[in-house]
Amino acid sequence: MNPFLATFRRDFALHWAGGGVLAPLGYFLGATLLVPLAMGPERTLLAAAGPPLIWIAAALAVLATLERVFQADLEDGSLDQMLLSPAPLEALVLAKGAALWIAVGVPIVLAGAPAAVALQAPPERVAAIVASLGLGLAAFIGAGLVGAAVTAGVKRGGVLIALIVVPFFAPPIIFGSAVASGDDIDAALSVLAGCALGAVALGPIAAAAALRLQAE
Amino acid sequence: MSVRLIAKSLELARGGRTLFRDLSFTAEQGSFVEIRGPNGAGKTSLLRALAGFLRLSAGVLRFEGAEEPFLTLHFLGHQNGLKGAASADAHVRYWAGLFGGAGGGVLERVGLARAKDLPARVLSQGQARRLALARLVTARRPVWLLDEPAAALDGNGRGLLAELIADHCNTGGLAFAAVHEPLGVASSLTVSLGGG
Repeated sequence: MNPFLATFRRDFALHWAGGGVLAPLGYFLGATLLVPLAMGPERTLLAAAGPPLIWIAAALAVLATLERVFQADLEDGSLDQMLLSPAPLEALVLAKGAALWIAVGVPIVLAGAPAAVALQAPPERVAAIVASLGLGLAAFIGAGLVGAAVTAGVKRGGVLIALIVVPFFAPPIIFGSAVASGDDIDAALSVLAGCALGAVALGPIAAAAALRLQAE
Repeated sequence: MSVRLIAKSLELARGGRTLFRDLSFTAEQGSFVEIRGPNGAGKTSLLRALAGFLRLSAGVLRFEGAEEPFLTLHFLGHQNGLKGAASADAHVRYWAGLFGGAGGGVLERVGLARAKDLPARVLSQGQARRLALARLVTARRPVWLLDEPAAALDGNGRGLLAELIADHCNTGGLAFAAVHEPLGVASSLTVSLGGG
């Protein structure tokens, strides 16, 4: 097995083993399913304002998982071992991001369907919302890796991560919400795909640079 | 497999304090190097600098005979590099992938055959240290950097550690260990750090 796959497998297994998958999923579902209760039975109000709230819930659910992504590796000495792998650290960070996206992101993406229905999104738009969440979460995670790497050595770095990454969360939230509210879905999906590609390409490079400093 | 290390006038400062300066030594292939010094003398920092994690303030560090210096070494620090939720066996498989080794039979070698399927969080301190030692033999690398490797090991474990180091050095490997007590391996060189 190569270093990329080994890292992916380990992180994927650890996300499931530690129950790290359930907390963000529960957060996402809880937040979106409670909105209709809070906003009352007014269907038109919910249909107009509800669907974009999926994106707030998804962004916060991802933010909550970021703090430990590299902090645990720094504390238990795993980061030192990653630095000694023949694979570049950037590739290993990408593997960790991919594991996070598959293990934590995909359940949230799938939960996007019931969430969209609960928030009164028209049925024909649910598929587009689910697809947009898949792209948006990749963008969140790509950008989030950088915040997680920069704050890996900071106790209770969660707040700091939020401050660092929230500006980078803005574009996917804007265009994701456009999909959710049905404005020019194709164009918004293209921009989201661009955000995802950019974050996935650049995030690991910046995160690896920050991690090398953390090892000092 | 024959790697020698030449260190010339190394200087390292941490947190505004100079830990050591003008430290020079040559470690020939097959030698076991003890790094000694009081607490705070910079033993761990020296090992981390040898591993390439820390930047030296001055001096030249050269691994001769190594194609890619920092990929020829294993580092065993204070932290064992274990994940509580993963089993001993899963760790070995991960390291085999991460470092490109085979990973067969290494748990038997370090006396953890019966703990194979146990998650690392239920291992005792000594067993966890043994599992970290398994990393050294999972993938063959010519340079070992060990930071107080005997920590938490019982008499048996110390014997195993001495055996691993002796085997490694006899086959041309190079081992560095920061130690307070002798490990039971004849050292060919002692690097003493002053402290203060």
